[in-house]
Amino acid sequence: MIDYSIEDNIAILAWNMEGYPQNVMNDHSYTAFVENMDKAIADPEVKGIIITSKKDSFFAGADLKMMREMLGKDHSQVPVAEAFKESFKWNEVFRKYETAGKPLVAAINGHALGGGYEIALMCHYRIAINDSKTQIGLPEAQIGLLPGAGGTQRLPRLVGMEAGVPFLLEGKKVDPQAALKMGLINELAADQDAMIAAAKTWLKANPNAIQPWDEVKKGQIVARTFYKVPGGNIQSPKGAQLMLPGTALMWDKSKGNYPAQLAIMNCVYEGLQVPMDKAIKIESRYFITLLNNPVAKNMIRTLFFALQEANKGGARPKNIEKTNIQKVGILGAGLMGAGVAYVTALGGMQVVLKDVTLESAEKGKDYSRDLLKKGMSRGKVTAEKAEKVLGLIQTTADAKDLEGCDLIIEAVFENRELKAKVTQETEAFLADTAVFGSNTSTLPITGLAEASKRPDNFIGIHFFSPVDKMPLVEIIMGEKTSEYALALTIDYVMKIRKTPIVVNDSRGFYTSRCFGTYTSEGIQMVAEGVSPSLVERAGTMAGMPVGSLDVADAVAIDLAYKVMKQAEADLGVKIEDQPSGAVVKKFVEELERFGKKNKKGFYDYPENGKKYLSPLLNELYPLAETQPTIEEAKKRLLHRQAIEAVRCLEEGVLRNPTDGDVGSILAWGFPPYTGGIFSYVDMVGVAKFVAELDELAAKYGERFQPTDRLREMAKNGETFHGVKQTAEATA
Amino acid sequence: MAEAYIYDAVRTPRGKGKADGSLHEAQPVQLLASLLKAVQERNNLDTSLVDDVVAGCVSPVGEQGADIARTAVLEAGYAETVAGVQLNRFCSSGLEAINTASAHVMSGQADLVIAGGVESMSRVPMGSDGGALFTNPALIGRHKIVPQGISADLIATKYGFSREDLDRFSAESHRRAYEATQKGYFKKSLIPILDQIGMALLTEDEGIRPQTTVESLSALKPAFEMMGQMGGLNALALQKYPEIERINHVHHAGNSSQISDGSGLLLIGNKEVGEKAGLKARARIHSYAIIGSEPTIMLTGPAPSTRKLLKKNGMNINDIDIFEVNEAFAVVPMLYMQELGIDHSKVNPNGGAIAMGHPLGATGAILISTLIDELERQDKTLGLATLCIGGGMGISTIIERI
Repeated sequence: MIDYSIEDNIAILAWNMEGYPQNVMNDHSYTAFVENMDKAIADPEVKGIIITSKKDSFFAGADLKMMREMLGKDHSQVPVAEAFKESFKWNEVFRKYETAGKPLVAAINGHALGGGYEIALMCHYRIAINDSKTQIGLPEAQIGLLPGAGGTQRLPRLVGMEAGVPFLLEGKKVDPQAALKMGLINELAADQDAMIAAAKTWLKANPNAIQPWDEVKKGQIVARTFYKVPGGNIQSPKGAQLMLPGTALMWDKSKGNYPAQLAIMNCVYEGLQVPMDKAIKIESRYFITLLNNPVAKNMIRTLFFALQEANKGGARPKNIEKTNIQKVGILGAGLMGAGVAYVTALGGMQVVLKDVTLESAEKGKDYSRDLLKKGMSRGKVTAEKAEKVLGLIQTTADAKDLEGCDLIIEAVFENRELKAKVTQETEAFLADTAVFGSNTSTLPITGLAEASKRPDNFIGIHFFSPVDKMPLVEIIMGEKTSEYALALTIDYVMKIRKTPIVVNDSRGFYTSRCFGTYTSEGIQMVAEGVSPSLVERAGTMAGMPVGSLDVADAVAIDLAYKVMKQAEADLGVKIEDQPSGAVVKKFVEELERFGKKNKKGFYDYPENGKKYLSPLLNELYPLAETQPTIEEAKKRLLHRQAIEAVRCLEEGVLRNPTDGDVGSILAWGFPPYTGGIFSYVDMVGVAKFVAELDELAAKYGERFQPTDRLREMAKNGETFHGVKQTAEATA
Repeated sequence: MAEAYIYDAVRTPRGKGKADGSLHEAQPVQLLASLLKAVQERNNLDTSLVDDVVAGCVSPVGEQGADIARTAVLEAGYAETVAGVQLNRFCSSGLEAINTASAHVMSGQADLVIAGGVESMSRVPMGSDGGALFTNPALIGRHKIVPQGISADLIATKYGFSREDLDRFSAESHRRAYEATQKGYFKKSLIPILDQIGMALLTEDEGIRPQTTVESLSALKPAFEMMGQMGGLNALALQKYPEIERINHVHHAGNSSQISDGSGLLLIGNKEVGEKAGLKARARIHSYAIIGSEPTIMLTGPAPSTRKLLKKNGMNINDIDIFEVNEAFAVVPMLYMQELGIDHSKVNPNGGAIAMGHPLGATGAILISTLIDELERQDKTLGLATLCIGGGMGISTIIERI
C-alpha cells in the first residue's frame, strides 16, 4: 500500500497500492495511511514527512468500486451518527496529522485529483514535478459531490474565496504551472529526485511548520479562532461583495438543480466563519446531504460509469475482429460533411471529401482550415499538426476518388431520391468490406438501404452539429444492417474519440424524436396562451441548455416543417394535427419566419442587439388568463421528453435505458443532474411519473399517456436502473 | 390606552453621503447628540423625565455600533437615568423607532420617549454590517435575494413604468424640494449642524439641484445594468418572475434616493408628562402597521402596509390629507400612487429622498417631521408616512394633527 523509508531523518511515504492502477481512497488505503503516518509521527528520529507516490500518478481520488457500491446504497437509511463517522473519517485523520507537530510535504509526481489533492492540502508545503500532463484539482463537483476531505475548507483558506470558490464549484483541473500561479502548490521541480531533494530542504528549513489557519497556544497546535482568509473574510465588505453575486452566478448556472454547487457554497460560507476543527465537520455533514440526494448518484451512474463504458466501445459486437479504417469518404461538403471531415482527419484517417464541384468541396475543407487556424492562434495546435491534418483531407468532385474507402459517410441533403442516387453512384467504387453510413437525422435507415446493393453494410451514423464540439454519435441499425457494419462504425467512432450509442431504426431514431418533443411542447404551450417568456424560462430552469423556442429558432422552423410534412406524406397525419404543427405551418407558410437563419422566428433578431421574444407571439397567441406555475411548466417539458424515450425503449428503438440516458444528455442536453432521461423517471419515481402523466394527458392531450408497460412497472415497484433492470432491458 | 403625543420634531439637514459631503466631518454620534440637545433646549426639557431614546440605525457597526442611542444620550449630557436603544428595520428604522416609542407610551410602560434615527453613510458605508441575508448562499438562492436597485428596475419592468416616467417624477422632487427650501417650509424642524468651534457645517439639505429637468436626467446611465447582467443577479431575480423576459434598467443616480448623512428625532409622550413639562402637543400617533412582502422584488411593501392599516382602522385612502412616501427609488412612490389611486399633489409635497437624500436609519423620522410641518402649514389633519424596506417589508404610520 505505502512504501515506507527513512532518509536523512525524513520519513518518505510513497503510495503504491497493489492491485490498483492508481492510488485511491478506500478502506485499505485508509488503514495503511493511518498506520504509516502514526509510525512516522511516533518515531523520534523522524523530523519531517514526505508524502509521494511510486505510481505514475500521485493519487487519484475515490475508488471506483466504492463508487459503484455507493450507487446501490440507500444512504437515507443509514443512521446519521454512523453516516457522519464514515464521512468524517479522512477529515479526522488529515486534521490530526496536520497538527501533529511534524512538518509535512506533498511531493506531487503526477495527477493529484480529488482526495489526492486533499492529501496535498493537508501538508504544509506542496511541490510538484513540472509536467504539463499532470492534473491537479478537485473535480468532485462535476459528478455531483463535494471535496469531502477538507478541500472546501483548506483551498479557500489558502488561495482566498475569489479564486477558490469558482475552482471548487466548477471542479477544475489545472497543470502544475497554473497550480503554482494560483497558489495551489508552492514549488515546481524538474523531476522526482529534484522534488524529493527540494522537499528535504524545505523540511529541514521549516521544522516547526504549521498551517496558516493554526497557531501555537501553550505549546499546542490549535486552530485559529479568527483566521484571516486571503482577500477577505466572509463577513467583511469584500465577503459580501463576493457571496451575493457569487451565489447569483452559481444559481444562474445551476438553476438550483445541482445540490453539490450549493453545498460547496454553504461549506465555504459556514466553514470559513469557524476554526478548522469545526469547519471540517460542517463539510462532512454537507457531504452526507449529497449522498442522500439522488443527483450525485444520477451523475455518477451516467456521466461516469455509463459514459466510460460507451467510450470504451461497450456496445461493439465482441465476436468481430477489430477493423482497421484508413480511408473515409464523405459525401457532401456542407456544414455537416465539413465537420465530419475535420474530426475524421483529426482522428488520423485519410479523408476524401466529395461534393458536386471541387469548389464546393474546397469550401468544405475551409471549415477545417479555419478551426485549425483558430487552434493555432490559441496555441493549442502546432503548425506541423495543422499541416498534417489538412494533408489528410483530399477534396474531389469525382466519385472515382472514393475507391479504397473503408467507410463512407453520406451527408447530402435530406432527400430520399438524392440519397439513393449518391448511394448507388458511390457503391460502384467500394470494396465488399466497405461500410456505407448515412448521416441522416430523420429518414429511416431501412428505407434508405433499399437503394443499396449491400443493405447489410448500410448503417446510420448520426452526427450532431457542430460536429467538432458535439460528443455523441447515434448509430442506427437498419433492418438488414450487419454486426460487422456496426463493429466497424464503432471502431470509427472510437478513432474520432466520440461517444457512440446504438439504436434501432425508426422515424427520427431516438435523439431527434425525443428532442423534437421538447421544441414542439414549448411551441404548443405558446399556442395555448402560456407566456413565451415563461416557456423559455421553464426550459432553462428545468436544466435544458436553452429554451424550446430558442432552440426551435436555432434548428430552423422550416426544417421542423419539412420533417412534419414528410411525416404527413409517410404516415398520413396532417401537419395541423401534429403537436405544434399548426404553429409551425403558420410560421413557415404564412409568415415566412424560419428562425435565426432569416432573422425572424419565435424571436426577433435585430441587426445590432440581442435577440428578444417577438411581440408578434402575444398578438397571435394572446396570454391566457391563468398561467401555469413554473413548476408545472418545467414538469410538462421534461415529462413530455421522458415519455417519448420510454416509448422508444418499449418499441425497441433503444436497446437499454443506459444508452437512452447517455444519449439524452450528450445529444440534446437533457439536464445532466437527472442522470439522463430514464434516470429522471426513476428520480421522479415511476409511480409518481405515471400519475403525473395521467394528469398531463387529461389536461394537454394523449401524447402524455403513459404506456401499459410503464403502468405495470409502477405497480410492481420497478425502476429503470433498479434491481430488476437486467430483465427489464430485454423487454 | 394612553395617547402618544408628538411634542416636538427635529432633524438635521441632509448632507451628501460622500467624503466631500458637508456632514462627513461630523461623527454620527454628534448628529444624534446635536438633535438631543436641540430637543432639550427648544423645550427647556428636564431630561430626567425622558425614559428612553430609541434610535434607528441600519449599519450599527464601527462608530455607529455599540448602541449609538445610549452613546448619544451620554454625549448630549442628558440625565443618566435616560436609557437608549438602537434598532434596525432597514430603511424604516427611523419610523420603526417612532412606532416602538409610541407603543411604549400608549401601553403605559413609558411616559416620555425620544425616537428617531441616524445614519452617516459617508462614514459607515451601506453593507458594512454584512448579514446572512446578503451573504448566506442558501438563503440568497432560495429566496432570490438581489440588490435593491435590481428590485426597483424589476418593479418598473413588471408594472410598466418608463425611464421618462421616473425622470419626470424625479425632476419634480427636486423642484418641490427647492421651492420648499426657498420658502422656508423646513425651517421649523431643521437644526443646523455645527463644528467643534460652533461654525455651521450645514444648515440646509445639500442634495437639491434646482436645475434638474427630465432632459438633464435623461443623460444619466442606468446604475444597475452592469451589476445585473454581469453577476447573474438579473437571472436570479427572473427565476422568481419567469414571465418577464428581461429587466429594463431604468433607475440611475438621478431617479434614486441620494446616499446621505443625517438624523431626525421626535419627542413623544403621554398627556400627563406633557402637562408636567409644559409641552404643547403638535400631533398624535394615530396608528401604524408593518407587513412583509415578496423579498425579491422587495420594495412593493408600502401599499399593502397602508391597506392593512386603513382596513384595521376602518378608514379610506381619501381620509388621508398628505402622504410622505420614501423616494428610495422613483418607482416606489409611483407604484404606491398607482396602486392606491392617489394624486401626486398629495404625495411628497415638498420633495423627497431623490432630491434631499435618504440617510437610512434617520429617514423615517425625517418624513414624520416634514409631515407635521406640512400638515400645520396646509392646516390639514391626517398624514401618512410609508417606506419600502429591505428583505421585503412595508411600514405605514398615520399621524393626526392636534
